[in-house]
Amino acid sequence: MTDAHSAQELTAYARSLGIKVVGEDTGMPLLSVDFGPNVEGRPAHFHGGATAGLLEAAGYAALRNALLAQGRDPKLKPINITVQYLAAGKSKPAYALGRITRLGRRNVNIAVEAWQDDRSRPIATAVMNILMG
Amino acid sequence: MQRGMNTPPARFDAREASKWFFRHGHTAWLGLRFADQGENWVELELPWREDLLGDRSRPVLASGPIISLMDMASGMAIWQASRTFNPVATLDLRVDYQRPARERASVLGRVECYRRTRSAAFVRGIAHDGDPDDPVAHVAGVFMTIAADPRKENPALGGSAGND
Repeated sequence: MTDAHSAQELTAYARSLGIKVVGEDTGMPLLSVDFGPNVEGRPAHFHGGATAGLLEAAGYAALRNALLAQGRDPKLKPINITVQYLAAGKSKPAYALGRITRLGRRNVNIAVEAWQDDRSRPIATAVMNILMG
Repeated sequence: MQRGMNTPPARFDAREASKWFFRHGHTAWLGLRFADQGENWVELELPWREDLLGDRSRPVLASGPIISLMDMASGMAIWQASRTFNPVATLDLRVDYQRPARERASVLGRVECYRRTRSAAFVRGIAHDGDPDDPVAHVAGVFMTIAADPRKENPALGGSAGND
């Protein structure tokens, strides 16, 4: 397994939900989940919790990628996540990409966007704060 | 949203509604269960499960399913407080993680709807793994109530169910 792949390792929860790493964008892993029963809330729409799960997984994937580039492997302590829901997630694949807003020695702030057909029309965004031990 | 076979009775009761809600989709996949309810609050249980782990080194639940738990408990607390099942859309949900859940522990999510206006509902709650005085997480959220307009679906609903 290459370093790039280990950086993209997803949690058991993310894999079980059906989240996959489907590519790379601006140096960060691009994650995707297909629509299906696992993520369905209201009929034919994403459950808000599943959307949040995708956002969070993309945030962690971006962070692992950034830490790997610095040769660091600290223990991660999630502090909080704030999710903004902008539009309903429809019955088609959803994508998410994280961006490291600030990576310090002890803390990191990550912004994540999720979208479906149109990248310029996100369905949800998240901000995550994580402490590193 | 039309009331039909897939929607609970007119007078919302979280315990009864759980029988519908947790049979399909994301909440069924998570295995959510009804735990308790009050006038304006609902408590749900997220059972511990091997494939919901979020840490490579320890058997603790990932934070993702905890967000799902709290999102679902939030919606149900709003319906519990209003006594009716009117669709709501999550606008903003914030989760502050206090500590990891204990190993192999189920997580309970208790959310109250403390304020409703014509267009918004405000919720707050905790996730805990047995002792509500020692929470795993605190949550705060704002939901938008979706008034049914017979001429045009609210865009926040993303069109009527199943048309895409």
